[in-house]
Amino acid sequence: MVAAHHLTYRAGGRALVDDVSATFEPGRLHLIVGPNGAGKSTFVRLLARLIRPHEGQVTYDGADVRGAAERVLARRRAVLSQAVEIAFPLTVREVVMMGRYPHFGGRAAPVDEDICDAVMAYFDVTDLGNRSYPTLSGGEKQRVNFARVLAQVWRPAGAGARILFLDEPLTFLDISHQLDFMRKVTSFTAAPDVVAIGVVHDLGLAARFADHILMIDEGRLVASGPAASVLTRDHIRAVFDVDPIFLPDPQGRGTHLVYE
Amino acid sequence: MSRDAAGRSLLVGLAVAMVATAVASIRFGAIDFPLHEMWSSTVAAASGRVPDTLDGRIFTELRLPRAVLCLLVGASLGVGGALMQGLFRNPIVEPGLVGTSSGAAFGAALYFVLGTVLHFPAGTWALTLSACLGGIVSTTMVFALAQTGSGGRSSIVMLLLTGLAVNALFLSGIGFLSYIARDPQARSIVFWNLGTLSGANWSAVRVVGLTTIGGTLVALRYAKALNALMIGEEEAEALGVNVTRLKWAVLSVNVVIVAVATAYTGVISFVGLIVPHILRMMRGADNRFLLVGSAVLGATLLSLADVVARVSLRPAELPIGIVTSVVGVPVFLSLLRRRQYVF
Repeated sequence: MVAAHHLTYRAGGRALVDDVSATFEPGRLHLIVGPNGAGKSTFVRLLARLIRPHEGQVTYDGADVRGAAERVLARRRAVLSQAVEIAFPLTVREVVMMGRYPHFGGRAAPVDEDICDAVMAYFDVTDLGNRSYPTLSGGEKQRVNFARVLAQVWRPAGAGARILFLDEPLTFLDISHQLDFMRKVTSFTAAPDVVAIGVVHDLGLAARFADHILMIDEGRLVASGPAASVLTRDHIRAVFDVDPIFLPDPQGRGTHLVYE
Repeated sequence: MSRDAAGRSLLVGLAVAMVATAVASIRFGAIDFPLHEMWSSTVAAASGRVPDTLDGRIFTELRLPRAVLCLLVGASLGVGGALMQGLFRNPIVEPGLVGTSSGAAFGAALYFVLGTVLHFPAGTWALTLSACLGGIVSTTMVFALAQTGSGGRSSIVMLLLTGLAVNALFLSGIGFLSYIARDPQARSIVFWNLGTLSGANWSAVRVVGLTTIGGTLVALRYAKALNALMIGEEEAEALGVNVTRLKWAVLSVNVVIVAVATAYTGVISFVGLIVPHILRMMRGADNRFLLVGSAVLGATLLSLADVVARVSLRPAELPIGIVTSVVGVPVFLSLLRRRQYVF
């Protein structure tokens, strides 16, 4: 389990994250929504310990992450960030193999090669293996990075939970790849030791795939819970400043969100 | 053939080329040594006998240390280039970018101008020391300024821009010193700024050998972390790299190997820039390969340049920095035109 206790992070005299507490259970997909500049990414970076909070603490399975060694942390926690650009001609396989870096010393072991093969097949990038990363399209790059990030936490991490952070993972993806990715994340998250925490912009996608939604505005947690209790007309109007319309699905699968 | 195996056989090929170039660099110069004489003189030198002929002394006291120093300095520049390009995540960066070589050059210029007035003890040692200190001072300046400018955490862009500014400052300092210098000193400054291996001796080989080999071994421990840094600072942190420690280690190694090499030979440009480029085009960007390859190819290319510098104007010689620039600029421009990289 991942927990945030009264997290506060300030920059330029302003609190980007303001006294936020939340818990994230394993086996569930937690999605964070909110308008631009609400502090979603900062919150995720705090949880992943890429930055340190000014107040409060983050715990993984009850243990404070403040003093944890980088490499030990990296064996169980992976982060997919928004856009990864590389100025050098690395091959796709070399990039994916980086996900295994925390797990081996000098050279990759056979198990690392096997995991690389598995994640590349999972994300349909096996054929790109020898391509130079800078020559890929935006969507291909994003899929390669998914593969890299999943390679990092592909196998159970001993005693503790495996934690997957996804910061706006759907940028650059067309609709079919967005849905495909959300399905893969959902199936990966079904493992009882995986905590998945993501940031998405599309409230409809969040409603459809998330087990738990957190709505953030101006660095504060506005609402937290299942989609039905968080994505309400009042919350959406107050936080996003738009009027939502909830349309029932013609085939009876939930509701669709459109805006006036 | 797997990528690792391909990398290994390329390294073996590069090593063979380096040995061949080293032999050529010992053989050709103001006077040429036949191969059998090279062999007997080397054996004699290795057994500690002092040669009794003039040619023999030229061989063991000038030619041999010069060839070895050239290999070491070339390796330093290659490794320094690969380290800086990795750290700045940018393939058009040179080892001198964080101010190291311009500071070292300024230190040397200061020695040439003030040395005759203040009578420093111990001739060449004072020059080396002064250049080394200059390199360390300028690099520290770049770091201190980049650090205070960005709220404690020195970002790569901040370092890059501060490096440009500090380089400009020290270059104008060198300009000022050459302007006020009298003629023989001004000529020394100019010659040293163009790079020369003519001052090579065995004590230089010992010092540069220690820093080059030690620095390269330390750098290799960070090769994997430098790979991770290619995809971004936060991404590397997420992959378990302590990025702050990585930056300090890489910069310290670069300052030591580049300042010491520059202190003995003057400013030699373009080797550190093009060597990692060529290797990336041949095999790719994995630093575990690139750092070793850059040491070997840097040594080879600088030795070739030194042969050209000595042979083209016999019995006089060209400053080696002119050779590396004349050859390096077209190579660099043609690399740029291939547009293989995203800048």
